[in-house]
Amino acid sequence: MLYRPTAAKTGPHRVAITGAGVVTALGFGWRANAAGFRLGHPAFSPVRLFDVSRQRARLAAQIDLPNPAHWPGPALGPRRLSRVDRAARILLLAANEAWRQSGWQPADNLPLVLGTTSAGMSQGEAYYRQAIAPPVSYRHQAARILHYQAQLQVLDVADALGFSGPATILSNACASGANALGHAWDLVHTGRAERVLTGGYDALNQMVFAGFDSLQALTTTSCRPFDTQRDGLALGEGAAVFTLETLDDARQRGAEILGEIVGYGATTDLHHLTQPHPDGDAALASMLEACQTAGVRPDQIDYLNAHGTGTVLNDASEAAAINRWAGPHAPSLPVSSTKACIGHLLGAAGAVEAAICLMALQEQWIPPTTTLETPDPACRFQLIRQPIEARLDWVMSNSFGFGGTNATLILRRRP
Amino acid sequence: MTLFVHGTGAVSPAGWGVPALDQALTRGTPLAPTPISHPAHPTPHPARRVPPPVPRPAFLAHPRLRRSSPIAHYVAAAALEALESNPPPAAPGRLGILVCTMCGCVRYSTRFYAETLADPATASPLIFPETVFNAPLSHLAAFLVNGATHYTLLGDDGVFLLGLATAAHWLSQDRVDGCLVIGAEELDWTVTGAFRLFSRRVVPAEGAAAIYLRREPPPAGMPSLTSVTSPHLFTHGQPPVKAALSMRAELPDPTPNTLLVDGTQGAPRFDAAETATWQDWTGPRLSPKAILGNALSAAAGWQCVAAVRHLQRTAGTAALVSVVGCNQQAIGATFERS
Repeated sequence: MLYRPTAAKTGPHRVAITGAGVVTALGFGWRANAAGFRLGHPAFSPVRLFDVSRQRARLAAQIDLPNPAHWPGPALGPRRLSRVDRAARILLLAANEAWRQSGWQPADNLPLVLGTTSAGMSQGEAYYRQAIAPPVSYRHQAARILHYQAQLQVLDVADALGFSGPATILSNACASGANALGHAWDLVHTGRAERVLTGGYDALNQMVFAGFDSLQALTTTSCRPFDTQRDGLALGEGAAVFTLETLDDARQRGAEILGEIVGYGATTDLHHLTQPHPDGDAALASMLEACQTAGVRPDQIDYLNAHGTGTVLNDASEAAAINRWAGPHAPSLPVSSTKACIGHLLGAAGAVEAAICLMALQEQWIPPTTTLETPDPACRFQLIRQPIEARLDWVMSNSFGFGGTNATLILRRRP
Repeated sequence: MTLFVHGTGAVSPAGWGVPALDQALTRGTPLAPTPISHPAHPTPHPARRVPPPVPRPAFLAHPRLRRSSPIAHYVAAAALEALESNPPPAAPGRLGILVCTMCGCVRYSTRFYAETLADPATASPLIFPETVFNAPLSHLAAFLVNGATHYTLLGDDGVFLLGLATAAHWLSQDRVDGCLVIGAEELDWTVTGAFRLFSRRVVPAEGAAAIYLRREPPPAGMPSLTSVTSPHLFTHGQPPVKAALSMRAELPDPTPNTLLVDGTQGAPRFDAAETATWQDWTGPRLSPKAILGNALSAAAGWQCVAAVRHLQRTAGTAALVSVVGCNQQAIGATFERS
């Protein structure tokens, strides 16, 4: 039962991460990604998934998906695998890594919370193109319609890993992944669930690429968050999936604990559909709420993974929010944006950036923004441009999106 | 913790507002379809569309709603109606909003992709932001000047009930003082064409429904939300019939005057799981989709609004809502007289 008035309250519980899977243009899995983020390797290449000859921007951080004939992901059957969308394949690979690491077994009541902005958009695009092209043909159209929908991707994951349970799909634009992790954390923290599989995913597609290009939000040079010469974001694709459970349960079963999620804040910026408030009011509120739920002060945060898209307005607004939030501690606060490596992953961004924070906590380094040349003087905080090692106990990750959705997560080093 | 319904809202092919929905359901006659042309088909597809509002509501002149998609208008109208006699909580950030949808902003998405295929260099930057799933929620939040936590949830018809459960969680955790749950869909030829691939008996529809929940007891006559079942996924080992039966097993035992508000729509193949699940039901029964059409998350919302309205207007003591979604889950809810 999802809701009944007499449900007993338990909690609050500490929430442990016991499995993490990540897929980006830097590679498949924790090791490849940790190596890339640690050094700040940019992973951009000319777009080859669709025609960009009439676009301003030509680069994106694309994933070289494995050949279906040599599919390394979870078993789904060749026929079903042939129908699933690019986004679902990326999601399945990340989910499989997290699942295997956690040691979880198939279950009947395992909640799944995922964030996405586009789901299987490329299937929707194919449906549209065939629908308007004479002569009328229905071949493959039903499968395209099905696999375009996010809930079918949820069912792919559930069937592949052998579980069932409530599936919540959040689509809060570019904060979707962070909101998904935050909501999943909330379910475990408050005792609504003992375990949750959660994450975010999105794949590149023509419509979204053209959309950001039409807004002139895409860089025509390189993605340089917080640089005075920044001229836009670069798009990427990827997924990160986590297994969350109560710290007590994780300890009891002897699971390897990768870290903890300890705080979550979420607010809505009402300023404009696509532009944040210049002073970063809602972003500040989100960061403050995350600190409040985590019970930490700004001076306790050892590293902040910024949303840092590389657009003029977003970075300015976020910089203002960070300056206000950190106050006198700003000059000593290390901040970087990993979008300089893998681009903006939209619905996956918050989840992948949480994975990067987890890597940083585990391996005690700070990922640099290596494309940064001239830091924006509006940033009173310490922008990390070169790989460094650091003592990290608490890290924060910001995610902000279209429509004013803001989400902040705080992660803690494994206890 | 008991949660109470403090308001309902609806936009449907029957018109703008809950009274229009009430009238259509009371009449019990399926509404006449309005065809939607398909660019590659010689004959238009039948659909049940929302008629233009007469007069045009003043809120549509708001800068955030003027140029937005029809789904954003439906969301705003249903939400404002649900809040009509219940002003939102005074404290900023204490009203949660959950918008539930399956297809989202399809009209602007179709238009923007058409422009992209024609020439991406001239695709409109004004349209693209309106294609994003959470655009309607963003507009509503701006209109209500409410910067709290808001989620746009995706899923099949059952996502509306998942939204109710999420609202219940937020309220029980004291995260908000009130929570709006809105289900909304809009139609264009891409949606009617997609329905057509699966059934010629289903009549797609559009609109929105809203339920406003709070912790405090409501004005006299408003019922409470007393349960939302687990969503039973249609997985490899659990076909829709099994999922629907599991959903029914979680709902409380009915009394003789308990109303069942189901999701059958006069399309035997689509209705099969729900028909089998409730074949022995002998009590009163209402099937809004058969009258209004299949508007996915919005239709599940209409079912909930119909359940609430039944308890407001009759001597009935409880209403069960049964939602067997088109491709994801079976989920149910119960409303009871307070």
